[in-house]
Amino acid sequence: MSNQKVLEVKNIDFFYDDFQALENITMDVEKNKVTALIGPSGCGKSTFLRTINRMNDLIEGAKLEGDILFDGESIYQENVDVVNLRKRIGMVFQQPNPFPKSVFENVAYGPKIHGVTDKAKLEEIVVESLKGAALYDEVKDRLNKSALSLSGGQQQRLCIARALAVKPEVLLMDEPASALDPVATAKIEDLIEELKNNYSIVIVTHSMQQAARVSDMTGFFLMGELVEYDKTDKIFENPSDQRTEDYITGRFG
Amino acid sequence: MADLKKKRMLTDKIFKVIFLVFISLGLVVLAALIYDIVSKGIVMLDWEFFTRFDSRFPAKAGIKAGLFGTLYVIGLMIPITFFIGTATAIYLEEYAPVNKLTDIIKLNIANLAGIPSIIYGMLGLGVFVRYLNMGRSVLAGSLTLSLLVLPVVIVSAQEALKSVPDSLRNASYALGANHWHTVYKVVLPSALPSILTGFILAISRAIGETAPLIMMGALTFVMFTPQGIMDSFTVMPIQIFNWTSLPKTEFELVAASGSLLLLILLFILNGLATFIRYKYSRK
Repeated sequence: MSNQKVLEVKNIDFFYDDFQALENITMDVEKNKVTALIGPSGCGKSTFLRTINRMNDLIEGAKLEGDILFDGESIYQENVDVVNLRKRIGMVFQQPNPFPKSVFENVAYGPKIHGVTDKAKLEEIVVESLKGAALYDEVKDRLNKSALSLSGGQQQRLCIARALAVKPEVLLMDEPASALDPVATAKIEDLIEELKNNYSIVIVTHSMQQAARVSDMTGFFLMGELVEYDKTDKIFENPSDQRTEDYITGRFG
Repeated sequence: MADLKKKRMLTDKIFKVIFLVFISLGLVVLAALIYDIVSKGIVMLDWEFFTRFDSRFPAKAGIKAGLFGTLYVIGLMIPITFFIGTATAIYLEEYAPVNKLTDIIKLNIANLAGIPSIIYGMLGLGVFVRYLNMGRSVLAGSLTLSLLVLPVVIVSAQEALKSVPDSLRNASYALGANHWHTVYKVVLPSALPSILTGFILAISRAIGETAPLIMMGALTFVMFTPQGIMDSFTVMPIQIFNWTSLPKTEFELVAASGSLLLLILLFILNGLATFIRYKYSRK
């Protein structure tokens, strides 16, 4: 049971109008593991991340071929409920983007739109999610203060709490620590370590050290291709592809 | 080197003085105007001025008809303009497909904002008063003024919506929110202060408008307040305009009182807009 697949990506090609951003990507994401995606800027790793919860649907002229299976079921069929999909596959963005509302309202936003109205229940979810994001102790006295009054690192953990509040199974993180200082980054990394007990995490990062520290599996993207995908130790210690080795050792990118 | 530095500093100073002169010019004219209105307007301004209707005698003339007319017309115009204007802006910015047609519509709405107000008066006369048989009523006046300010309201609401960062929309979508939820719960609350500010400024423009209402046939000498939206009416600026055109010189003072009142009303509205912007920009 240890290698249960939560996502199966099957031969996807992705286009922005005429520009092909992803080429024939195939990979499996394992349950309760942290999967890191590394590669130079513009290599398609963020685009790939956004195909998993269909955020690319929002972009005019975007087109995908191939398929992604989530829990064994295709997420690109016509009858797929995107709302429900995004509920089950949460996302954290590069820049902390809390709503200009209170800390409480930020976390309660997801559950509310999915129909939770009971106040006690909402409060329970908010507290639980904030604890899950290791933020509760820092904000418990100011749940009604504006989320924008928090520090950058706290805002990012709030965004994680907000994503947790809808009880996703997979958490997509798009360079979640790139806008943060080292201390805040360390907190996020500790949190990721903690979260993988309950969630499957796919994280895009441009920091190779971060990928090496937090992930179990690592995929190396280059110019829209998945060059190599393997156990993190293997990628960093003994990569099979010359391009991976060049990138890891800092010869380009 | 030193020469060059001196020259640069001189240029800096010259431009500073030029700008200062121009802004002073505007401020001096404005101050003179306000001083003139206040000093003349205060003479005849008393409680009676609010409670009396117009009269042939300057000492007995009051603004009641115009004041109530303005309140009726603007009161009816506010909901019409707000809902049509905001809804249009939301559609154009959040829902409309990105294509040529949308671009053309947006461009034309922006252009409409530049059309002289008297043209709207003619449109109001032709469409509302005559064709739709509303007569020279409060309703026809409100609709005419709505048409006049809608382009401004729509454009400013569009700007407000555009200034909401996409990262907030993405955050909402990523949580599984649908389009409407995202607009209603995330985009609108963020944009509302700016939308309201633009809206209030547009309303204050409408309050001062005279030409389109004269054009569509609002009355000038009125001895009653409107009892319903189908009643005929006059508004403050029309009454002021009328007083200034009367031969008796004392009417100049009456007109000044009316202007002062109008000015205070506009001042309050602008203050409100500033307050809203200030209050929300600090959050």
